[in-house]
Amino acid sequence: MSDLDLLYSDIEDDLRASVRDLLADRCDPDAITRLYDGDRSVVDVLWKSLTEIGMAGLLVPENRGGQGASSREVAVVLEELGRAVAPVPFLTSAVIATTLLLESESNLLALVASGDRTAALLLPWSMSPDGEIPAFDLVGESIHGTATSVAGAIEADVLLAPVRTASGLAIYAVEAAGASLDPVVSLDMTRELADVSLNHARGELVMADAESAVRRALDAGAALLASEQLGVARWCLETTVAYVKERKQFGRPVGGFQALKHRLADLYTRVETACAAARHATAALSDHDPDTSAAASIAQAFNAEVSVHAAEEAVQLHAGIGMTWEHPAHLYLKRAKASQIALGTPGRHRARLAPLIGLPS
Amino acid sequence: MNDQLDQRVARFLTDHDPRTTDPGEFLRARYDAGLAWVHFPIGHGGLGLEQAHQAGVDRMFERAGAPDNKPRVNPIGLGMAAPTILAFGTEEQKDRFLRPLWTAEEVWCQLFSEPGAGSDLANVATRAVRDGTDWVVNGQKVWTSGAHNARFGILLARTDSELPKHRGLTYFVCDMTTPGVEVRPLRQITGEAEFNEVFLTDVRIPDEHRLGGVGEGWKVANATLNSERVSIGKSADRESGLVGVVARTWRERPDLRTPELHDRLLRLWIDSEVTRLAGTRLRQKLAQGQPGPEGSAMKLGFARIAQQLSGFELELLGEEGLRYSDWTMVRPGHVDFNGRDAGYRYLRAKGNSIEGGTSEILRNIVAERVLGLPAEHRTDKDIPWKESAK
Ligand SMILES: Cc1cc2nc3c(=O)[nH]c(=O)nc-3n(C[C@H](O)[C@H](O)[C@H](O)COP(=O)(O)OP(=O)(O)OC[C@H]3O[C@@H](n4cnc5c(N)ncnc54)[C@H](O)[C@@H]3O)c2cc1C
Repeated sequence: MSDLDLLYSDIEDDLRASVRDLLADRCDPDAITRLYDGDRSVVDVLWKSLTEIGMAGLLVPENRGGQGASSREVAVVLEELGRAVAPVPFLTSAVIATTLLLESESNLLALVASGDRTAALLLPWSMSPDGEIPAFDLVGESIHGTATSVAGAIEADVLLAPVRTASGLAIYAVEAAGASLDPVVSLDMTRELADVSLNHARGELVMADAESAVRRALDAGAALLASEQLGVARWCLETTVAYVKERKQFGRPVGGFQALKHRLADLYTRVETACAAARHATAALSDHDPDTSAAASIAQAFNAEVSVHAAEEAVQLHAGIGMTWEHPAHLYLKRAKASQIALGTPGRHRARLAPLIGLPS
Repeated sequence: MNDQLDQRVARFLTDHDPRTTDPGEFLRARYDAGLAWVHFPIGHGGLGLEQAHQAGVDRMFERAGAPDNKPRVNPIGLGMAAPTILAFGTEEQKDRFLRPLWTAEEVWCQLFSEPGAGSDLANVATRAVRDGTDWVVNGQKVWTSGAHNARFGILLARTDSELPKHRGLTYFVCDMTTPGVEVRPLRQITGEAEFNEVFLTDVRIPDEHRLGGVGEGWKVANATLNSERVSIGKSADRESGLVGVVARTWRERPDLRTPELHDRLLRLWIDSEVTRLAGTRLRQKLAQGQPGPEGSAMKLGFARIAQQLSGFELELLGEEGLRYSDWTMVRPGHVDFNGRDAGYRYLRAKGNSIEGGTSEILRNIVAERVLGLPAEHRTDKDIPWKESAK
């Protein structure tokens, strides 16, 4: 068994630098705090500038209108988006919906790849890749039903609805304008959720026998969410380390107290490990390794917890200031905690992993 | 691996068929061919190539069924003494020590720790006093792994107690057969005696066996410790460590399974797997020549996992976990985690967070050298060693 490459390539490093620059420019914590106060303008502006540099079509081959990159590059972009808790539908549209569309012939793919249209798969954000898929009903030619807690729906122009048909699970594309969207107040306002109802909606059949394709799309989402979680954790660690070096109590920087040094050393160790887990899941996905589902579950089970741990430590070690609305730590905690539930909780991923590695209950 | 090197190994294997060549002779010839550690200089077992090629070379030898040079029996020699000798030794010292070290004809031990100097290694009290072309050494070392099998020891001793503690140390190679070296088994938690006490009474060490300058012992010792922390071994396969033993028990013994143990097992399995991946990633980084202090973080991770898994294994076994195989005092040549029972593993794993630097010290290293947090306040830094509090 040869080892998968767990390092970053020079191309990935360059991509990281350009995405980081763009985010530093367009997505500072103040902008996100405004989003929490109801100003959604930051989302559109940011998503538009990301699509302008080709981010929406990274995973799509050039002959279908995309950049022809691999999930390795996508993972690096997600690390940066996580670092900035960027409120954009990249994971939902450019990763999950796109992975699904890649398995269809639909020319919707090219539109999504170019950023002209943004898509969302109508499933609850907590849906694990092995969960039971809640589907819409087909009544005659029209689609009926509700999907709750959908991420990326508010930003989407096209909704991909899983529909139960006589011959199995199908995917229909429905114009967002023809759906009724009920935004919910989300724990993580940087990834807003909505309940989406389709009432005699008209849709275009995108894929007939779609169940395994949907699961693969969710698997790709789970594998790559681990990189976003890594980005969240890295920001929390770095910001906290910088803070405890500055903040003085008892006449010295609090970062000099061994109790804190040891906690941060442990956190560093876990974040480095999370990096290996995320790189491994990404490499497996990009190499179409048969181990992809296991790698995704390993990374999800581990990185979701590391990211929450890092965000919780960030709040605790920033103490009073960490509990304030002005300080960005809360944005990361909310993202981390919501992402722990997204695409399957760690417990769910452990249970899914068990048979894959031959450790049945 | 590059083609030329490939061919070189292939040619060597044709000239020295591992099935018919005497193992000792094979290893000596491999060393002389520069295929022992390719990044070492020509003439000292290497070819002056990048270390990244080593894994490929090892794999070719392994596949051909070549004898190994007992890395488990001589970890201190291979992982710590050799890189230190390479960095600080004279040509004569390299000629004398490296070849039999690599072939495991001479096994090495590490005479660093003392009853009064463990984590605070710069506090060693063993004295070395110059006498003509020799040094006369007196003192006591402790917890010396494998001293009973060792031909040589790397020794840290105080040569000047008027200087502050870090500056009065000198580093020697101690021939363990010299009169005055007494090795006494030190029985440990598992019942066996893997390590020892070593008493040094008027031991004469020739000046040619000094590594580095007089008073430079701390610098040399740090090089040794850095090598220790990056020598994390070869790339391991999934489930190749302790987790494999526990997983096998789980598979073979459905009667032991409970839902609560199941979730804990999965957590530990995932922790081991991601820690293994982090080790692999670190090795990939090192092979690209991007070494960093991350080795300390990895050792922390590995120690924690080994302790959690071995503790879990005993619980999983339940009643069987109450029984221990054997408390007989033996002096093993190496540590065999997988060759013994769960109770042994549980007890031996406790050493993983102590040997080679405790987890507390490693956390200090990560916090200070990786994260750049303020260093501990040191009261004994600039005063003569003999006046410092001990
Ligand atoms: C199985 C085994 C094999 C060994 N083999 C060898 C060998 O071959 N050669 C050799 O030279 N040595 C060997 N050792 C010794 C080992 O290196 C020391 O035991 C170790 O460095 C700790 O020193 P100590 O035992 O004196 O503990 P101490 O230094 O006395 O530490 C006691 C406790 O205090 C903590 N502590 C100390 N200083 C600090 C600090 N600054 N901050 C926070 N906590 C601190 C420690 O972490 C520990 O928990 C071996 C030990 C073991 C267990």
